[in-house]
Amino acid sequence: MSREQRLSEIITDHQGREGPLLPILHDVQEEFGCVDEEAERAIALALNLSRADVHGVVSFYHDFHTKADSRPVVQICRAESCKARGVEALMEGAVKAAGERVKLADVYCLGLCSSGPNARVGDKLHARLDGAALNKLIENA
Amino acid sequence: MTIIRISDDALARACGADEVAAAFAKAGATVERTSSWGMQWLEPLVEVDGKGFGPATVDDVAAILDGTSDKGIGVIAQHPFIASQQRLTFARAGKSRPLSLEDYEQHDGWVGLKRARQIGSEQIIAELLHSGLRGRGGAGFPAAIKWKTVAGAVADQKYIVCNADEGDSGTFADRMMMEGDPFALIEGMAIAGEAVGATKGYIYIRSEYPDAIDKLRKAVNLCAHIIAPFECEIRAGAGAYVCGEETSLLNSLEGKRGEVRAKPPLPALQGLFGKPTVVNNVLTLCAVHHILAEGGAEHYQSLGIDRSKGTMPIQLAGNIKYGGLYETAFGITLNELVYDIGGGTASGRPVKGVQVGGPLGAYIHPDQFEVPFDYEAYTGLDALIGHAGITVFDDTADMGAMARFAMEFCAVESCGKCTPCRIGSTRGVELIDRIRAGGRVLEGVELAPQMHNMPKKGRSQEDEIKLLEDLCETMKFGSLCALGGFTPYPVMSALKNWPEDFRGK
Ligand SMILES: Cc1cc2nc3c(=O)[nH]c(=O)nc-3n(C[C@H](O)[C@H](O)[C@H](O)COP(=O)(O)O)c2cc1C
Ligand code: SF4
Ligand code: FES
Repeated sequence: MSREQRLSEIITDHQGREGPLLPILHDVQEEFGCVDEEAERAIALALNLSRADVHGVVSFYHDFHTKADSRPVVQICRAESCKARGVEALMEGAVKAAGERVKLADVYCLGLCSSGPNARVGDKLHARLDGAALNKLIENA
Repeated sequence: MTIIRISDDALARACGADEVAAAFAKAGATVERTSSWGMQWLEPLVEVDGKGFGPATVDDVAAILDGTSDKGIGVIAQHPFIASQQRLTFARAGKSRPLSLEDYEQHDGWVGLKRARQIGSEQIIAELLHSGLRGRGGAGFPAAIKWKTVAGAVADQKYIVCNADEGDSGTFADRMMMEGDPFALIEGMAIAGEAVGATKGYIYIRSEYPDAIDKLRKAVNLCAHIIAPFECEIRAGAGAYVCGEETSLLNSLEGKRGEVRAKPPLPALQGLFGKPTVVNNVLTLCAVHHILAEGGAEHYQSLGIDRSKGTMPIQLAGNIKYGGLYETAFGITLNELVYDIGGGTASGRPVKGVQVGGPLGAYIHPDQFEVPFDYEAYTGLDALIGHAGITVFDDTADMGAMARFAMEFCAVESCGKCTPCRIGSTRGVELIDRIRAGGRVLEGVELAPQMHNMPKKGRSQEDEIKLLEDLCETMKFGSLCALGGFTPYPVMSALKNWPEDFRGK
């Protein structure tokens, strides 16, 4: 299936729902790793919005990106409870372990706040990390 | 054959519960995946005939099965952490399989909804009012008043929206509820629908909670026939903290930028797609099925103190030895929560302070730990209960850095609608940096002779602190919502209680 076909399939999947834009953007981001200009145009056309409207929404939310990044992503929680459990001291090692190969992203709370430092890779969560465990997680990402 | 019960809660899984469960299955045991008891330092907690073993690893499997494990904690239900709680909202925690309709019914499921359908709208709202239930999402607004407003509005369509955006650090009760007892939330929404005349509900779950999203999608399908004609749909957030604010959440559901709306109009009258809408937190809706059961409202209002009625699922987090979910009546003190129940810090060092109520909540000094858990008592301290997350810090914490983070977080998450929040937060970060660097010296063009109106010297540390206080006042009174309006609480409380963390170094 071509890119355009898949895109229009995603749009049709949600078009009949109330407030279809976010569900569409989620699926597009998931499928293509980003919501680029071309996708914004197609979505805008289908939902009878301007591209500026769609772009405004894409740029508002941290989950949507306008450019794809092929690197694996490790999200590290940097919020208060994980700070209280020492995540900041692990960051230097994490950055080193990630190098150019892995993208480190900050996230503010994964809901595992009694057991940090915590990280997320894909849909898998990791708790009670120390420096060694976090670096290993990054290396295996 | 031995039945092994292990939670499939996200925290248990993040600590290796899936691997432990697989190892038990491989050893020939029957494994049931249940909700979590909430004793998070013991996860993965393995339950065999009511007795607990934890935290379990794959290496413990053989010993647990042949009865020689040294990780036993005795009968789980009698463990002091559990036995001393008063669980109403979390009554089923640890006891049922999250997606089993059979388990749900066995543990009083749908009783509230059945009764609600018999007694009708007016009586439902009267009982909710009697219970004294206040919104658990942060603001503590009486739930019955909101429902009554929506019930009284005339419209062709009304909505029930569940706020499951739980963005506050230190909170996880919504997540545990959704993952462990999803039908309870759906039942609460259906009751709300019955009360106000709404047939459609949305649950807006933050995208950081993939397990909860998955569980609720399944749960909604499983019980569709029970809640019909009420319908429920799950929507995922997209990583914006501010979308926990109710009007921002409604914009997000509508497919717009998550910008906060000015009130009025109240969402109760013009909410989702302009229609009358109940927006309630997960815990608010999950308290409802207990309240609507026979005698539930009376029981609920008999608990708690003053105007804070009933129980609160408190979340013990951060640097704490025994962290987890602790549901109890209002009125408990931080001394009890942090020391008696929580066992002090996980690091074993002295407690420096706690933050209650997430990133917008004040940092509270141990000198104030006798304050009772009560909405008004906390307001009196310039603090807030919020969603009842308690984050503990030990004496190595740098409160100046935490104050800076509060401003930084506000800058990252601001919706951008109003200036004090959008710009003030960035200026706040810079100011705190300058305070910590000892003040501000004149530089560059400021030193040129043409700049007659410049002050002749830079600003001292004291001057900068005054400026920070001034900025906080501006944010507090000039912001549209609590993101900009409450960020001053953590900043000012840190400055007041630990001034040395700003001035030293
Ligand atoms: C910045 C901000 C974030 C909020 N986040 C949440 C949240 O994650 N969950 C929640 O239930 N309420 C949150 N609230 C409070 C909601 O605006 C609203 O008061 C609540 O959903 C009403 O439900 P309740 O009456 O059941 O508490 C937030 C408010 C603000 C200002
Ligand atoms: S205070 Fe901040 S988050 Fe709230 S409406 Fe204003 S800019 Fe938006
Ligand atoms: S603060 Fe890190 S998981 Fe909640």
